[in-house]
Amino acid sequence: MQPNYFAVFREFARNSLVREMTFRGNFILDCISSLSWVFMQLGLYLVIFEHTNQLGDGTGWSRWPFFVFLATTLFVNSLVQFFFMTNMEELSDLIRTGNLDFALLKPIDTQFLLSMRKFEWSSLANLVFAAILLGVALTHLDFTPTPLQMLLYVFYVMCGVALLYSLMIGLGSISVWLGRNESLYDFWFYITNFSRYPMEIYSGPFGTPLRLAFTFAVPILLVANVPARLMAWPLASQDWRLAAYAAVASIVALVASRKVFYKALDAYRSASS
Amino acid sequence: MSTAAATFVSRFGVWWTILRICIEERLVYRGDFALGTLMRFLPIITQTFLWTAVFVGAGGPAAIGGFTRDEFIAYYLLTYVARAFSSMPGLASSIAAQVRSGEIKKYLVQPIDLLTFLFLSRLAHKLVYYAVATAPFALVFYICRGYFHGWPDAPTLGAFVLSLMMSFLLGFFLEATLGMIGFWFLEVSSLLFVYMLFNFFFSGHMFPLTILSEPWRTIVLYQPLQYLAYFPAAVFLGKVQGPELVQGLLGQAAWTFAFIVAARTAMHFGLKRYSAFGG
Repeated sequence: MQPNYFAVFREFARNSLVREMTFRGNFILDCISSLSWVFMQLGLYLVIFEHTNQLGDGTGWSRWPFFVFLATTLFVNSLVQFFFMTNMEELSDLIRTGNLDFALLKPIDTQFLLSMRKFEWSSLANLVFAAILLGVALTHLDFTPTPLQMLLYVFYVMCGVALLYSLMIGLGSISVWLGRNESLYDFWFYITNFSRYPMEIYSGPFGTPLRLAFTFAVPILLVANVPARLMAWPLASQDWRLAAYAAVASIVALVASRKVFYKALDAYRSASS
Repeated sequence: MSTAAATFVSRFGVWWTILRICIEERLVYRGDFALGTLMRFLPIITQTFLWTAVFVGAGGPAAIGGFTRDEFIAYYLLTYVARAFSSMPGLASSIAAQVRSGEIKKYLVQPIDLLTFLFLSRLAHKLVYYAVATAPFALVFYICRGYFHGWPDAPTLGAFVLSLMMSFLLGFFLEATLGMIGFWFLEVSSLLFVYMLFNFFFSGHMFPLTILSEPWRTIVLYQPLQYLAYFPAAVFLGKVQGPELVQGLLGQAAWTFAFIVAARTAMHFGLKRYSAFGG
């Protein structure tokens, strides 16, 4: 019998919410601390835009379009954090302790089960803040985004989530082979650090290869750049080839990472008795 | 040998033993340590591109907040050096945790002073850190040597070293003071998180503090956190000179002394409050 995936998904969401609400004070502190990091980022860019009108020469990333970009980064990252982060952090523990056995035995898709067991509700605070920031930034743009842009934006934010998720599950798979992967989280942080800036800043003899590598080899630059451009600039000045490529890359990344993940599971040898 | 001298020799023996044990403990994971240090420099790459874009976007000004583009990159690299001295990961939280768990009792019944022990253990930690991290630091600085205009003159270098030493002391006693708050409140982790955020922002780790507009600029140059990253880096780059430099070093010494007193006082009154149960 096929499990009802939607019902399981709802149950996971409910369980994690119940768990978080058991320690409400802690939940509020978590919200505040993740928001504080965001405020610091915002503070940095407020300072930066006191000294310059835009990032780079003729890139179009002036203050308000850039805040659209910042909001987009926040959207994608908080969604990834909400759905997957806790689960991926636990994955390497499950492998090391042998508790992955229990996940493999359950009559449900293993990737689904391991990716979505726990939701981190406190990261929604950042999502709300991102929505406010986006709203404010949009009113300051010198054009009004069309409904088509809004639709594409939502679609490409989801593509961004898919790309980051694929990278994450790919890294998670590595921990099956290594048995243990403690610096996984560090590596994740440093790699995604590159995706938090407009791709135009990577120029010059060193920057251009970097930009190409992070667009085509490990496409993390597409994560925030593609949706942000679609929203921050008028439709007439869009690079549709990049957008089309991003959609294809997201699908390829999802399929490929699923393949890698199942290959890794084949290599799993239980650690328990 | 007089009794005073004998006491000193035996006390020094204890210090030496503590230091040696802590160093050996630290050296266990040196490979992971060196790699981790190298990885920590990765954000420098994005910072370089970001600030280049800021300078280009601003139409290529000579300097922002008194720093040229090259000096911005040099500044970020130097804050890594400063923070290698001043950052004390886990110090405050471990003091608070020891108070909570009652582990702090062992310092009360043994002839070892808590602050001295922690200080020596931190010193050992740092010494090992420098021994292992010198290679990755040297590599990164060698690659980025183009951003520096040679070495500063001897007095500047001397002032730089002095301010690094003091930033180690200031960082240690500031965090220790925060840890002592654990005597009054059971849970200090959220307080420490707020401190960490403030530290990141106001120590100048995110950007040189002088790029802030007035009145913020004047305000942040009065607070102690600037000595943990901004001040040593600015000294090395020759941004603080003459009477200003002397004033800065005196300011740092004053804050360091204030937090030594604060940590001692907090421990004194904290231990009076403290009650231990069980074995």
